[in-house]
Amino acid sequence: MKNDEKVLLRGSEVIGEAALRAGCRCYFGYPITPQNELPEYMAKRMAEIEGAIFLQSESELAGINMVFGAAATGTRVMTSSSSPGISLMQEGISYLAACELPAVIVNIVRGGPGLGNIAPAQSDYFQATRGGGHGDYRCIVLAPAYLQEASDLTYKAFDLADAYRIPVVIVGDGMLGQMMEPVFLPPFRENLPEKDWAITGAGKRPSRFLRTLLLDVHVLEEHNWKLHRKYQRITSKEVLFEEYETKDAELVVVAYGTAARIAQGAIKRLREKQMKVGLFRPITLWPFPMEALGRVAEQAARFFVFEFSTGQMVEDVRLALEGRRRIDLYGRPGGVVVTPIELSRIIARKYYALQQEARK
Amino acid sequence: MKKVIGRPGLLKEVPFHYCPGCGHSIIHRLIAEVIEELGLRDRTIGIPPCGCAVLAYFYLDVDMVEAAHGRGTAVATGMKRCLPDRVIFTYQGDGDLAAIGTAELIHAANRGENITTIFVNNGVYGMTGGQMAPTTLLGQKTTTTPLGRNIGNDGPPMKLCEFLSSLERTVYLARGSVHQPKEIQRTKRYIRDAFQAQLDNKGFSMVEILSPCPSNWKLSPVESCKWIDQEMRNHFPLGVIKDYRTETT
Repeated sequence: MKNDEKVLLRGSEVIGEAALRAGCRCYFGYPITPQNELPEYMAKRMAEIEGAIFLQSESELAGINMVFGAAATGTRVMTSSSSPGISLMQEGISYLAACELPAVIVNIVRGGPGLGNIAPAQSDYFQATRGGGHGDYRCIVLAPAYLQEASDLTYKAFDLADAYRIPVVIVGDGMLGQMMEPVFLPPFRENLPEKDWAITGAGKRPSRFLRTLLLDVHVLEEHNWKLHRKYQRITSKEVLFEEYETKDAELVVVAYGTAARIAQGAIKRLREKQMKVGLFRPITLWPFPMEALGRVAEQAARFFVFEFSTGQMVEDVRLALEGRRRIDLYGRPGGVVVTPIELSRIIARKYYALQQEARK
Repeated sequence: MKKVIGRPGLLKEVPFHYCPGCGHSIIHRLIAEVIEELGLRDRTIGIPPCGCAVLAYFYLDVDMVEAAHGRGTAVATGMKRCLPDRVIFTYQGDGDLAAIGTAELIHAANRGENITTIFVNNGVYGMTGGQMAPTTLLGQKTTTTPLGRNIGNDGPPMKLCEFLSSLERTVYLARGSVHQPKEIQRTKRYIRDAFQAQLDNKGFSMVEILSPCPSNWKLSPVESCKWIDQEMRNHFPLGVIKDYRTETT
């Protein structure tokens, strides 16, 4: 495939190809449905790229620690998995965060808890946005809703990971992974950033080391504040979101990823019926677009959160709106995917109820 | 006067934090001497464990990356795949390697990752205060086996070298000890041979080292060395278990 061409690809292939074009030269992972097409794509493509490393690990636990080792050498590295596998990786992600190592982790979320099922779900929102493992840390969390966006965000994820020395999580679901859409692929990256902290063997410089054990409480406290300051910088600079028909909206639906696609289809129908409904779509789940959502609340009276869980992102929406606006939740856990028509009916009922309240 | 022995240049001028009579300091010195003698300081990366030796990066003047408990061989895999011309070793205790990290060890060894593992076997969890390890001897009292390790409850002590020797791509496996000067010299040779196996791109190499832990064994340093000699080495026979140079295929 050449640079800058439009191709028709499956979601998992889009993420894989965009990663390779971003300079990812290392992939470690363990099979789990519904994301197997991604490692399979990497295995095939990386065999064609000189110096690229694909290794199927014996477990997700081993996989994320291979990622840790590769990241420590300064190599752009990625792993992917689905919910139960991502749970196993949390130990390693905590160590990546502590050592400030850049890595990209793709979670094609499936229904849980436990083995759950393999259907599309958004029930790993808390795990992704609150760190997930032990300790006081965050990962940047990107949630594409379209394959072009999956390509763009995967490409960007490697730059964010390097710029802030932080693990970046891309969340999707089986629907995003399986669907096909035409995509403009980005060019192959050259001249990747220098990493003057990498562990490569001391050569002629003094030896150095990476560690997470900081026994002195004041040293660990300072390390935690240092990480916190970094997270604040990210929060002020890297928030991404999209608004659709929110300008005059009386009711604003908040949804991300696949749920946002469905919501957009529902809102399109409702707009045709002259209902003033809009969509606010967080693209970065962490940092969550708190301020932007607050601005939307200046004109919208009511919010409607739609997500594939019993209510996880809704907590961030509440935090953003700080009690100023009423928030309704329509959650569908367990892998149930509603259609835009079904959702439009549910939103319409809320919308009419809102108008009736206003008339009283 | 001719200088016959000195502090290896690769050991930083820092006092060890190890307890009196602990084997780690001797093993650190042996590794430092071997790396120096082979001229590998500039391209060696060490991976210390979770355990007493976690602070090895304060003592050894080579690049180091601390791994999570048990994950040393997985981290080493990631590093070696990215930097195949570097010399990469993990330094792991019996809890780290033989209990929580067994899966990572077996698979790294089975893939024939071209890395070297220094496996310090003192039969207990040292840093956490002397609990039973997979290598604790039968009948040995620890804080979690107050009546002694019992085969019915805990199984027998694990012999990792013998276990790994069945894997096709393990190329060098040896068990040394640091309880006597003679064995210390032998152990140094094992470490050199293991690093040499890696330099020759042969595959996975490991040196297990019986090492005293007087604090947790509740013995004096001298009694600890005696205990290795009279008890431990009976279960864990010393010597080369597998060597690619002498294997007949």
